[in-house]
Amino acid sequence: MSAKLANRIATVVIIAMALFIVAILVGLLGYILIRGLGHVSFDFLTSVPQTIRAGGGIGPQLFNSLFLLVLTLLITVPLGVGAGIYMSEYAKANRFTDFIRLVVEVLSSFPSIVVGLFGLLVLVQFFGLGYSLFAGALALTVFNLPLMVRITEQAIRSVPKEQKEASLALGLSRWKTITSIMLPIAMPNILTGTILASGRVFGEAAALLFTAGMSSPRLDFTNWNPFSPNSPLNPFRPAETLAVHIWKINSEGLAPDAAEIAAGASAVLVIVVLLFNFTARFIGGYIHRKFTASK
Amino acid sequence: MSDNGLSARDLSVYYGNKQAVKDISLDFAAREVTALIGPSGCGKSTFLRSLNRMNDLIGGARITGEIWIEGQNINDPSVDVVLLRQKIGMVWQRPNPFHKSIYENIAFGPRYHGIKNKKELDGIVESSLRKAALWEETKDRLHQSALALSGGQQQRLCIARSLAVKPSIILMDEPASALDPVSTAKIEELIAELKRDYCIIIVTHNMHQAARISDKTAFFYMGELVECDDTQKMFTNPSKKQTDDYISGRFG
Repeated sequence: MSAKLANRIATVVIIAMALFIVAILVGLLGYILIRGLGHVSFDFLTSVPQTIRAGGGIGPQLFNSLFLLVLTLLITVPLGVGAGIYMSEYAKANRFTDFIRLVVEVLSSFPSIVVGLFGLLVLVQFFGLGYSLFAGALALTVFNLPLMVRITEQAIRSVPKEQKEASLALGLSRWKTITSIMLPIAMPNILTGTILASGRVFGEAAALLFTAGMSSPRLDFTNWNPFSPNSPLNPFRPAETLAVHIWKINSEGLAPDAAEIAAGASAVLVIVVLLFNFTARFIGGYIHRKFTASK
Repeated sequence: MSDNGLSARDLSVYYGNKQAVKDISLDFAAREVTALIGPSGCGKSTFLRSLNRMNDLIGGARITGEIWIEGQNINDPSVDVVLLRQKIGMVWQRPNPFHKSIYENIAFGPRYHGIKNKKELDGIVESSLRKAALWEETKDRLHQSALALSGGQQQRLCIARSLAVKPSIILMDEPASALDPVSTAKIEELIAELKRDYCIIIVTHNMHQAARISDKTAFFYMGELVECDDTQKMFTNPSKKQTDDYISGRFG
């Protein structure tokens, strides 16, 4: 076979593979959206679910998912950014550092159902948190924290060495150099990384089944006192998220329109995750342009 | 030892087991320009970077010997390297302005060192930019991004930035090698100007540049100092044959 022919064949095969992947994505998205979008309306997004009657919505679930995401980020962003700074700037290259890095890798690739069971045994029962948003947020922290550490570490490492040296050469301390010079440059990458990682948190179900629970109390959206049991803001109440809701009504839903609700909720979930992705790209691009604007 | 100069005594730098700089002793006088020349990998940049202990940042680098500034050995572990670096300005091969406005690039250092008064900061920004011959070009756009400046302007901004924290010594690592001839000429003029107040140590690959701007020239080869003498003499009648061979282009 001539080299030219081999090249032809390889090109065709590679293009076919790329098209195949695109086809899978388009097919999947199209299927979910076409099946689900017809069911999505303002009423669907805001009303409460029905157990046996048709016409239920996903309002509390949508709120729970977003609130849980916020709680998780409140825990993981400070910890993850702090640990990321340590790993990139302070940690010496030795076996202990390599060990930490290994632990972080392993943690992020844990099966989520195992984390869910761990959450049930340790957080929900042993520490007595019960099925609660807080227990759910801690379970999600197990996935999200390693990602945040890695995102921050890589973002800070990618800051040009000369920027750091220029600051140190002016007689600035290491800490001031990190906070005033390096973090602002690393920020777009940290931000986009965080938003992308949020997508995973938002869509997670298995880890939440036994931690955040599969039910929501009757939420009173006029009661914003975080200590009241039926307040949406109470972090110690059970909270069924959108992804868990999809799983639940698909497996044990009694409402006659359970299939449509699941389809609609899936469409909403996918759209929100896509929104995260586009926002991340947009913000990353915007900040990048702003930094190098007039160049 | 001169009042505002710098002296290196038996300075060695090791990367792991490899000795990149070998027992170099050199004096740099105030109000003089010393050029460090030599082929790539001869240790001149490593030597320069060890003078303000920038090599501390590289894992596995070890420096032995003494570096004297104002009667103080700064290669002593007890010396606060953060404060020390304020006395020694540094300019890099590629212009590396901060991703901030022109004004902030200059004011950043002094503000950190305790100058909060707006008027005083304005004064420092203006005088630093004037010293770096950049004031006329930038006075109307001080609050625009420094990244919008041309490469040559950025490099002068970096020089101004280092002047703002009032150093007595300025280290320059091939400051003009990434610039066009016109910008290079401006940087060279600037160095001649700054020589009146500062001790300048410059690494350069450009032999003509070394001959044009420096008072003294030190020739490095394989981590060792071959010789250091008046530039005039180095380029016309060096005492070592190796120096003659390098300068006349027979190797390197």
